[in-house]
Amino acid sequence: MRFKNVFNIIGPSMVGPSSSHTAGAARLGRAARQLLGVCPEHADIILYGSFAETYWGHGTDLALVGGLLDYSPDDPRLPDAAEEADHLGMTIQFDKGSGNYPHPNFVRIRLQQGERTAELAGASIGGGNIEIHEMNGFDLRGSGQYPTLAVEHQDSKGVLADITRTLSESELNIGFMDVDRKSRSGEAMTVIELDSAPVQEVLDRIEQLPHVTRAVVINLD
Amino acid sequence: MQFRSLKDIIRLCEERSVTIAELMVEEQVKETGVSREEVIQQMTDYYHIMKEAVHKGITEDTVSRSGLTGGDARRVYNYLNNGETASGSDATRAMSYALAVSEVNASMGRIIATPTAGSCGIIPGVFVSTQERFGWSDEQMVMGLFAAGAIGYVIANNSSISGAEGGCQAEVGSAIGMAAGAVVELRDGSPEQAMHAVGLALKNTLGLICDPVAGLVEIPCIVRNGLGAVNALAAADMALAGVRSAIPSDEVVDVMLQVGRSMPSEHRETARGGLAQTPTGRKITEELRRRRQNNGN
Repeated sequence: MRFKNVFNIIGPSMVGPSSSHTAGAARLGRAARQLLGVCPEHADIILYGSFAETYWGHGTDLALVGGLLDYSPDDPRLPDAAEEADHLGMTIQFDKGSGNYPHPNFVRIRLQQGERTAELAGASIGGGNIEIHEMNGFDLRGSGQYPTLAVEHQDSKGVLADITRTLSESELNIGFMDVDRKSRSGEAMTVIELDSAPVQEVLDRIEQLPHVTRAVVINLD
Repeated sequence: MQFRSLKDIIRLCEERSVTIAELMVEEQVKETGVSREEVIQQMTDYYHIMKEAVHKGITEDTVSRSGLTGGDARRVYNYLNNGETASGSDATRAMSYALAVSEVNASMGRIIATPTAGSCGIIPGVFVSTQERFGWSDEQMVMGLFAAGAIGYVIANNSSISGAEGGCQAEVGSAIGMAAGAVVELRDGSPEQAMHAVGLALKNTLGLICDPVAGLVEIPCIVRNGLGAVNALAAADMALAGVRSAIPSDEVVDVMLQVGRSMPSEHRETARGGLAQTPTGRKITEELRRRRQNNGN
């Protein structure tokens, strides 16, 4: 089921005018920022399909920028997000993408802060709900509806067992999981949707596991 | 959730001897692990935001971000207070409240997507006006929202609530169906009658295209919300009177997806067809483009 519960239908509480173009966009921007882990200094945002055609009038641009500032879809500051980003010295480049994309409302967000980068591509599927399609170059699905743990690691025996054991020891339940690797024994990434958000200590423990490079949490609630 | 179809909802309501609203609350608690109190509190907060938006839309001058629309809710509200209306005062009130919320949405004000922002006026329009009329409590209305949510959950998962995917039938149509079913339950109709209301409502929005002028959630979205509120009341009345949807409502939901998929992309939110491409629609689009370029955006 694409929609999991009643508040996917009644809700979210949001600043208008479009749940797909504004609320969903804000959530995609916010997911990308949380994947980066810090406030970006530069963002490249590539809009596809209906996003590209109609972003201006819907405030999709403002919503995406608001998301990059970690605003939720009902944050009253969303209409002023561009000024706030400017004030923080954030530079943002919007482009229109072409070629194949999996959904009529699709965006690719590349973020940078110093040496740190993150990339997220996803769709806004209606009613403010999103679908993550890619993270940092990996084909990984996520709904953004649950606290989502994103772990970058090497493709190696036992890594997933170590991660899931750590979660289990922390009393965290896994609802959904997806893994992608660039090559055998190469770079890999795992996303895990949890029923509740892990505390920092759990993230630290996961980051200290063998072959794990980085762990972040995307929590859009 | 234990249900996937409207038929499942009727069956579970009968088995457990509960209303649709109560079934939705129970399932939500089970699915999310969040307490009943918190779930009801969140919906109560949402209802208050809906009421605020109605109030704002009929008392303040709302102008959309593009400057294209605004003020229609107040026009209809004032007209209602100045004498007899063609569709009757209750329908006209629902219509003005629905326009109000839709206009607040277009002005980047705060609303609740029900199920989407493009269709956010219909449920508040119907709910706030019927609450005033029948003297229902906020608690009853909040339960009504759960009933609407259960219906929307089935539509969203078996069909679509996205205009880009399924046309306006998926947004405004879904909201009308949800509101109609909820009103039947609020008026003490049976779950079965509520589901007939959903089918009756959806049948009459099949094929409704999404053709926003300049791609904005304004023309024709705002007036479709106003009229949608009236349609929801009418569908609820038909079902309460005993009219049945000859085509089972689940089949109507399924066919809505098929109709949506067979629509050309011109008619699915791209602003490349329908009203968006009329001579006036194109002129408005061009004017906005010029203005935007002059602003250096």
